[in-house]
Amino acid sequence: MSLEYYLVLSALLFTIGVIGVLIRRNAIIIFMCIELMLNAANLAFVAISRSLGEATGQVFVFFVMTVAAAEVAIGLAIIVSVFKHRQTVNVDEVNSLKG
Amino acid sequence: MENIPLVLIISSLVKILIIVHLLLIGVMIMIWAERRVSGWMQDRLGPNRVGPQGLLQPVADGLKFLFKEDLIPDHVDKPLYVMAPAMLLVPALVAVAVVPFGSSITVLGHEIPLQIADVNIGILYILAITSLGVYGVVLGAWASNNKYSLLGGLRSSAQMISYELTLGLGIIGILMLTGNTLSLRTIAIEQGAYPWQWNFLIHFPAFLAFTTAMFAETNRLPFDLAEAEQELVAGYHTEYSSMKFAMFFMAEYMNMIVGSAVTVTLFLGGWHFFGLENMGGPVWSGIISFGIFFVKTAIFLFVFIWVRWTLPRFRYDQLMNFGWKFLLPVALTSIVVTGTLWITTNSRLIVGIGNVVSAFIVASIVAGLLVMRTPKPAIQDSDNRLTPTALDAIE
Amino acid sequence: MNAEQILFILFGAVSLIGAIAVISFRHPIYSALSLIVTFFAQAGLFVLLGAHFVAAVQVIVYAGAIMVLFLFVIMLLNLGTLSVQGAIGRKLKGLAIILGILFAAEGIYIAVNALNDTAVASAESGAAAVTITTYDIGELLFSKYLLPFEVTSLILLAALIGVIVLVKREGQEEN
Repeated sequence: MSLEYYLVLSALLFTIGVIGVLIRRNAIIIFMCIELMLNAANLAFVAISRSLGEATGQVFVFFVMTVAAAEVAIGLAIIVSVFKHRQTVNVDEVNSLKG
Repeated sequence: MENIPLVLIISSLVKILIIVHLLLIGVMIMIWAERRVSGWMQDRLGPNRVGPQGLLQPVADGLKFLFKEDLIPDHVDKPLYVMAPAMLLVPALVAVAVVPFGSSITVLGHEIPLQIADVNIGILYILAITSLGVYGVVLGAWASNNKYSLLGGLRSSAQMISYELTLGLGIIGILMLTGNTLSLRTIAIEQGAYPWQWNFLIHFPAFLAFTTAMFAETNRLPFDLAEAEQELVAGYHTEYSSMKFAMFFMAEYMNMIVGSAVTVTLFLGGWHFFGLENMGGPVWSGIISFGIFFVKTAIFLFVFIWVRWTLPRFRYDQLMNFGWKFLLPVALTSIVVTGTLWITTNSRLIVGIGNVVSAFIVASIVAGLLVMRTPKPAIQDSDNRLTPTALDAIE
Repeated sequence: MNAEQILFILFGAVSLIGAIAVISFRHPIYSALSLIVTFFAQAGLFVLLGAHFVAAVQVIVYAGAIMVLFLFVIMLLNLGTLSVQGAIGRKLKGLAIILGILFAAEGIYIAVNALNDTAVASAESGAAAVTITTYDIGELLFSKYLLPFEVTSLILLAALIGVIVLVKREGQEEN
């Protein structure tokens, strides 16, 4: 399998993530779509790492995963806090800072 | 791919068949053993009517489950409700693939390792697969659409995430001393023939932490918060009946067996026992090694039952405190001490002693701190009656 | 077609279907499940690419921890009963999908064409057979990338403290 197929798949997954962020209003699903995009990037990293024959790409996947884990912990805590105050996870309803 | 000898392909299939059936039979024996041993511990008989010593009792139970009506309550989320038991059972079955259950047998000039697949990331595979078991519990709980089930599922998910850390950290010390591999077979081989060469003495605190975390991961008492009968009816499987319930039940025992086998491989020398495993010819030594492994696993399984009928259940906040504030520091200390002492002295003896001493000190300090700070009563959330325990976990 | 191509198509299709399911299911629990399926298919792709360590870590971190957290929060907030009402309008949705398709086309164009000149494409033919072991990754991580590695621990620490602070304040307000 050549590199292009993996990169195309990665691009498609990333796009689905982007579309998800655009069309869904549920904060948790938006968050999942962000995870999807990070994963698409990881796929590209690993594919390129394989075709270059060196491990650097996989090391970066490791970093991406660490950041993703931290981000999920914080993000979900924020969502829980917001839900406790406003009883909603709809991102359009959380707009009291809007001018 | 094309040049694999036929012997190896057939032997692989035979190994898979044997192991899967051993697991299933093991589950039946465990169910019988649990009831008999608990009877023995409580000075009563336990089931002894069906077959000799009641050995056929699990068969009778199984038949009963099969003939019961497969009830799906109206209020459940049907697809998830049906999927959940399988999602718990499958990881338990799949995890056993990388466990080495004996040295090797030579057939027709081919050396056949007694292991379904010797993956070079063996331990990571085990960690990955066992971490999936939680989905069966959580989704079954959620799909049941019942507040007690939901509470069970919430408790279970928080518990699994917390104790998985300790499970992973407990292994790292071993990996540091085992050369450049994550393969379970190599780890088993590198432990010598004699008990004082096995990992549980070198990494005693890690061994205790790992075993405790293993109990928590298999949802056994004293960690069976997810099904706590007195509080939650039957927790995540309240709404389940017939074969679906039986699958949950089997998965629990299967997880125990796999957990014991992994612990034996990692900490208790695998199939080694005073050089006994090298006796006999190329075939017999393999079979003897398998027997040794089997006996060790059985002994460890007895410990599972023993603990269950001895210790009372933790309260939820105790569970979280114990996992995060006691087990985790002990496991972390073990890693630091193992690494430091191994680099400076290169002696397993010193690492072993240092581990025990440091763990004792850290455990005393942590326990002292935990006792000194008298736990305040759990915050009662009056608005949200459904999830007070779950909220405690994040507060 | 050899085995690798068949597996690539299988895993690729599963991951795409799973990803589409994530954004189309109404209920967050089903979205989370679809995302788990996608992550699994990606772990399969990583194995195909010879990245066994990354595949295992993918399952441990994403499927085993991150998604359990998602499920935990979905169940904790009991979002099933109050699924989000004001979804965005049909026109906006159409616009978003058109933009998405344009974006995908751009990505595919880059993936297929723009790599031709770079080192990646030139190295591709020779080095395809090299498998990268956990040992290689560990060696890089603890030598060349030691500083970034230490910094990730700081990120995790920051996340830990952040979560505690976020939730702690919440608890005190309630009292």
